[in-house]
Amino acid sequence: MMSGSVVDNTVSSGNSSAAIPTDISGQILDLDEDDDLEVFSKDTTLTDGSSFNASMQTSPASMINQYKFEEDADTKDIFVTVDNPESHVTAIETYITYRVMTKTTRSEFDSSEFEVRRRYQDFLWLKGRLEEAHPTLIAHPLPEKFVVKGMVERFNEDFIETRRRALHRFLNKIAEHPIFSSSEDFKIFLTAASGELTSHKKQGPGFLSRMGDTVKAVAAAVRGVRNRPQEFTEMQEYVEAFSQKISSLDKVTQRIVREQKEYLEELKECGPTYALWSQSEEELAEPLKNVAGCVDRCCKETEEQVKNLSDHLIPVLHEYVLCADTLKAVLRRRDNIQADFEAKTEALATKKADRDTMRNDLDKAEDRLEWANNALKSDWTRWQKVMRTDLRSAFVDTAERNVSYYEKCLAVWESFLHSQRTDAEGNGKVDFS
Amino acid sequence: VQDCILLKKMEISVAEAEKRTGKNAVNMQETYTVYLIEMRPVDAASEGTNPVPDSLWRRYSEFELLRNYLLVTYPFLVVPPLPEKRAEFVWHKLSADNMDPDFVERRRVGLENFLLRVASHPDLSTDKIFYSFLTEENGWKETVFETGFQAKADSRLKALNATFRVKNPDKRFAEMKHYGDELQSVISQLLRVRARAADRLYGVYKVHGNYGRVFSEWSAIEKEMGDGLQSAGHHMDAYAASVDDILEEEEHYADQMKEYLFYADALRAVCRKHELTQYELEMAAQDLTSKKQQREELATGTIRTFSLKGVTSKLFGQETPEQREAKLKMLETQIEEGEELVKERNAECEEFVKSAWVDIERFKEQKDHDLREALISYAIMQISMCKKGIQVWNNAKECFSKM
Repeated sequence: MMSGSVVDNTVSSGNSSAAIPTDISGQILDLDEDDDLEVFSKDTTLTDGSSFNASMQTSPASMINQYKFEEDADTKDIFVTVDNPESHVTAIETYITYRVMTKTTRSEFDSSEFEVRRRYQDFLWLKGRLEEAHPTLIAHPLPEKFVVKGMVERFNEDFIETRRRALHRFLNKIAEHPIFSSSEDFKIFLTAASGELTSHKKQGPGFLSRMGDTVKAVAAAVRGVRNRPQEFTEMQEYVEAFSQKISSLDKVTQRIVREQKEYLEELKECGPTYALWSQSEEELAEPLKNVAGCVDRCCKETEEQVKNLSDHLIPVLHEYVLCADTLKAVLRRRDNIQADFEAKTEALATKKADRDTMRNDLDKAEDRLEWANNALKSDWTRWQKVMRTDLRSAFVDTAERNVSYYEKCLAVWESFLHSQRTDAEGNGKVDFS
Repeated sequence: VQDCILLKKMEISVAEAEKRTGKNAVNMQETYTVYLIEMRPVDAASEGTNPVPDSLWRRYSEFELLRNYLLVTYPFLVVPPLPEKRAEFVWHKLSADNMDPDFVERRRVGLENFLLRVASHPDLSTDKIFYSFLTEENGWKETVFETGFQAKADSRLKALNATFRVKNPDKRFAEMKHYGDELQSVISQLLRVRARAADRLYGVYKVHGNYGRVFSEWSAIEKEMGDGLQSAGHHMDAYAASVDDILEEEEHYADQMKEYLFYADALRAVCRKHELTQYELEMAAQDLTSKKQQREELATGTIRTFSLKGVTSKLFGQETPEQREAKLKMLETQIEEGEELVKERNAECEEFVKSAWVDIERFKEQKDHDLREALISYAIMQISMCKKGIQVWNNAKECFSKM
């Protein structure tokens, strides 16, 4: 778990126990054992759940005002693109970097344009930082590490392109998020030179304190939450159902693509058969050749339609499958924060020693919980709007493409009819009635 | 009544199909289908009267018998084919079972088509056996057998199966036979490919039905998106269902192609029969030539051709003048008969070529016209399919935009 912005014993995320082995194994060599480094980024004092800083004037309640999740696309003041994948070969490994370009008018940025190169690991790092700082806000998912099905090579062109698009969407979703987009880590991600980023990544609490956080998180998870408010239970039920439905849609769409591809394979043989036939005929040669041409053109259109589904609808559905997992994680983290509070409440009631410290801890835990709950509630509403927009436009887009596909095929066959009509009317042969 | 083309006077149709059970030739119970043939005068409709049509029931095997009779009796004509005996080139949805209602229906249409083809043929339509097929339910089979066509059929079949080589093949017929081969091959390929594509297309459409189901389930957990999703789901169901009609229409196209697949065979049969006729002519001519040669040798005493008789007579002495006279006389008779045979066969051949070529030209025109129509109707089908697709997806798009 890459935590760096919090010094206090914040219970970050319940699922970090699963993440720890893989993430830490990569970072262990990089780790700085100095945990007296306090890295306070500007926004952590504003948005972090822990209100340990006494000088902070803001209370959780007033923080809610921060979350004015208005959707004004006109006032978009930051534009991010991810493109230009390049392969890098070192002695140890080969990896891909992507160019990340930023154009912004925001005052907190030193300049209005930035261009940096980032690799997938960097994106992972960013997401981890954002989630740690805001455990109950909903971050858009990253593309997966490896494609499980199909044994796609990491350096396969299609895979890289799909990943690039997903990374692009990820950054844009972060940029559009009212809280995430003002994160210092986000700013550093977009602007820092590679060396700067590496050293920034190293800052943070040491390995031991991070392990400590994780142990607490696991303990909280095991304890479980006692009095979950109804609305969060409803959220959980929704997420379960949503997850199932979106997974089904993903599968159905993939099946459609498979069937279309097989149809295409067969259709590709039809045109040549008509063409072959035309070679034996005299009068019929022209219409047969014409039909062969029509079938071939329809094949091309079908090919494009398949590609559209794969390139446009499937990635969106897939991302929302991952979103559902994110939502589950967010709900778990919220539960853990509540479990921690409940545990501390109990402790205060039963234990006799250290009452002052415990009361202090309890207050912090309570604030943290209220903060987490409100953050989640607001972001939940925002997420639902975004989800609705995304899925609606993805399906509308798909429907439009299908209409266009059929319109193109229609035109192909109508041109055939037209050619036969002008022919036939000339010869007085065919009756079209 | 028999002079003009039958169809000008009568409307022929195969109106219905029915299942029957009965005992067959080996006294076993069997189920079979019979088809109702109806004939009503063409003028009936215009006169406003609606007389009860003449009708009778026939089964497929009787149609086969009729066609075999026509094949043997008019070997120089391209005889219209029957619809297939068993369902071939099926894609998975269609049953290959002869009792399947869809198959029976398509066969009914095919049989009607066969009768109409025969009835509109300038020569075949005047055939008496054909007429009684349409008019005499009972005793028709006996009438056919009485013509003795089966004997001809058997001998021709034997001859056709024998391998023979014609010395001077007629170029036109050779080309026609080759064309028949190509036509058969390419239409078979087309039907195969089309069946496979139809199978796949069915899958594509049907999977969309799952969208309907999932949208419906999903709409249950959504508030604002619910209505849009639900109605979009209905359109996905409609899309999935639409493929059944689409593929049924395509079957008609396939049937049109199949007819010409079988026509190709009929065309090839004419060419082979011509070859046989020519071969028999060549054989007769060859025989005559050899007999004439023998006569010459006998008359002049010279042996030009090798024969065992010649060798033995050389070895054992020539025959007596009386024997020679007798032999010469016999040869003369044979030569006379031979010349008659050659004349006959020559005339037969010429007649065959003349009639066959007229019918082949007629067939060519019919084929070009029919297949062009078929291609046009295929295009119309595709257009209809596209229009349905456009409609469904536009409807779905509207629903999606309400999500």
